[in-house]
Amino acid sequence: MADTPKLVLPDIPGLRNIDTYIANGGYKDAIGKAFSMAPAAVIDEVKKSGLRGRGGAAFPTGLKWSFMPKGKEKKKYLLINGDESEPGSFKDRQIFEFNPHQMIEGILIASYAMQIDHAYIYIRGEYAHWVKMVEKAVAEAYSRGFIGSRMKEMFKPSGEGVEFSVEITVHKGAGAYIVGEETSMMNSLEGQRGYPRFKPPFPANSGLWGCPTTINNIETMTSVPPILKMGGEAYSKIGDPKHPGTLLFGVSGHVNKPGVYELPTGTPLLDIINIHAGGVPNGKKIKLVIPGGSSMPPLRGDQLEGVKMDAENLKAAGSAIGTGGIMVMDEDTDIIHVLTRIAKFYWHESCGQCTPCREGTGWLLKLLKRFDAGEAMESDIDLLHDVAFNIEGRTICALGEAAAWPVRFTVERFREEFQKRVKPGLILESPNRVHSLRKGGLEPVQVHVPVVERV
Amino acid sequence: MAIFSDAELQEISELQKRYPSPAAYLLPVLWRLQDKRGWLDDEAMEEAAAVCQVPKSHVRGVVSFYTMFFEKPMGKFHVQVCTNVSCMLCGGEELLADMKQRLGVQNMERTPDGMFSIEEVECMGACGGAPMMAINETFFEKISTQEANEVIDQVVANGNIPTPKFVQQMPELSEAANK
Repeated sequence: MADTPKLVLPDIPGLRNIDTYIANGGYKDAIGKAFSMAPAAVIDEVKKSGLRGRGGAAFPTGLKWSFMPKGKEKKKYLLINGDESEPGSFKDRQIFEFNPHQMIEGILIASYAMQIDHAYIYIRGEYAHWVKMVEKAVAEAYSRGFIGSRMKEMFKPSGEGVEFSVEITVHKGAGAYIVGEETSMMNSLEGQRGYPRFKPPFPANSGLWGCPTTINNIETMTSVPPILKMGGEAYSKIGDPKHPGTLLFGVSGHVNKPGVYELPTGTPLLDIINIHAGGVPNGKKIKLVIPGGSSMPPLRGDQLEGVKMDAENLKAAGSAIGTGGIMVMDEDTDIIHVLTRIAKFYWHESCGQCTPCREGTGWLLKLLKRFDAGEAMESDIDLLHDVAFNIEGRTICALGEAAAWPVRFTVERFREEFQKRVKPGLILESPNRVHSLRKGGLEPVQVHVPVVERV
Repeated sequence: MAIFSDAELQEISELQKRYPSPAAYLLPVLWRLQDKRGWLDDEAMEEAAAVCQVPKSHVRGVVSFYTMFFEKPMGKFHVQVCTNVSCMLCGGEELLADMKQRLGVQNMERTPDGMFSIEEVECMGACGGAPMMAINETFFEKISTQEANEVIDQVVANGNIPTPKFVQQMPELSEAANK
C-alpha cells in the first residue's frame, strides 16, 4: 500500500482546467500513442490491460469494443453512461468535477479504436451543476480543435494528420434510476420513456437508432488514457490480476471520513473502511456492509475479514463489486428499517414493463413495512424470501436482481433480525394442517388471530 | 403556442442536428420549457411535440416517466431532501421531517405564496456528504438541521440561494494517499 497509483483522479491541483491538463501531457501522450497505432491495435492494448467496466457488471472493456462491426455501412455510436444513480455511488461526479478532460481524452481514444462517428455523454439530471462543468470542458476541447473536424490537423503523431474525427454531445437526463441500464439509456437518449430493451439484438449490432453502439461507464473511459500511456501490460500488473487497475471507492454511512478513494483493486475492504475512511465513529462494531451500491448483496460484520475489493474476490465472498459504493452500518443500525427504504427505492424506480418486477417490488415493500411496523408473522420471513427469489432472472433488465438481491441476502444473512420483529402469535394447542404452511404440520404453529388490517 | 422565440427555435434546430432524429431532442426541449415556466403544462407539451415532431401523447408519456419533470406548479425554490440509505444513516429522515414542519407543506406540495416546495428524493449522488439537501440545482452536503434552517432563512431574506459551505475537495483524496 506504500505506493498507490492514482490514475483516474491524480493529485494535481487545478487539473479540471484545460491548460493544466495539457501541461501534464493531456491530449498528447495517450491520444498521440493511440493515433500512431491501428484502431485494432488500440483494442488489443486495452484487452491486454485487462480493463473491466466500472459500471457494475465488470465486463472486459476490450472484448466489448471488439464486438463492434468493422464495416462503415451504418453510423457507429458511443454512449457514455454518466447516470450514476445507484444509491451509495458518487464516484463519477468526482471525475466530472476534477478530471473531465481525461474522460474526454478516453472517449476520443475509444472512439478511434471503434471508429465511432458520434459519442454522447449521458449525465443524470440531478447533476445539473456537473452537466454544466462537462459541457464547458467539451466546449473548451472543441475550441482547441481536440474534438470534431479539426482533429485531423491537431493530431499528427507521425507527421501526417490522422484520418479520423468524432463529435461529442452532452445529454442531460431527467431523473430515472432505470436509465442507468444501458438499453434503457438508449431509449432515453432517443427521446422515449426509459424502458429497457430486450437483448438480443445486442447494442453492438443494433443500438441507438438501430446502429452499432457501445455503452461504457464514465470511470471506464477515464481509465483508458493511463492504459495507453503506460501500456496494457503495465496496467494489468496493478491490483488484482483478474480485475486489474484502480477503482474509485465511494465510502459512505457510518464512517469518520466518508468520500471517494482511488485504490488498486484487491484492496482489503476493512483497510478501506478502517484506514482510508477513518473507521466507524465512536469505535462501534460494524453490523453490515453493502460493498458495491445498494443493489448488491450485503455482508455481515463478521464476514468482512480478508474480503478483497475486486470482482472475483467479492463474488467468492458472497457479494459483488457493483459500482464500488461501500455503505457501512454500525451495530446500532435498524437493518429492517434500512432494507425497507431500499425496497421502497426499487419499487419507486421499477419501470413497470415486466410483471415480476412491477408487482414483486410492491410486495417486497408491503411485507417489509409489516416487519418495520412490528406487524409481521413468522411465515412472512419465508414469503419475503420467496417473492424476492421469484423476481430474479425473470425480468428484461437487471433491476429485478437489484431489487431482489438485497432482500434475499438480508433474509439469509440476518434472519434473527427478522425473527425479533415477528409479532408473537397464538400458539394453537393442536396441529392445524390448514395453517401449517410449510412447517410440516405436526408441530404447533403460530398464527395471528384475528388478522389485522395492514398498511 | 409560441413559447419559444424565433431565435430560440433557431438555436434548438441547430442543436437538434446533433442527433439523427428530431425526437431525440425531446428531453433538452422539455428542460428548456420547464426552466421557463417552472412546470410543464398542456401548452408546453404541445410546443415540445411540435418542435420534436412527435405526437403530444408521446410527450405526456415521457413527461410522466421522469421524476424531474413537473406536471403541476412547484415552488420557486424546490427543496429536495434525500432519505436514501447513506443519508438515512446520517439523519436524512429527521432533516426531511424538520424541513416539512418548517415550510408547513407535505411531499410534492408548495407553500401558498409559491416560494417553496418540498420533495423527498432518491439518491442524488452525494452519499459522501450525507445528509444532503438540494435547493433547485444547488447541493448542500453534510448539512445539519440547524444549518438547513439557516439556509432557508437566507433564501427568505435575500430571495436567492446562498453558496454552500461544504465543498468536496481534492485534498480529501490526497489525504488517503499520504496515509
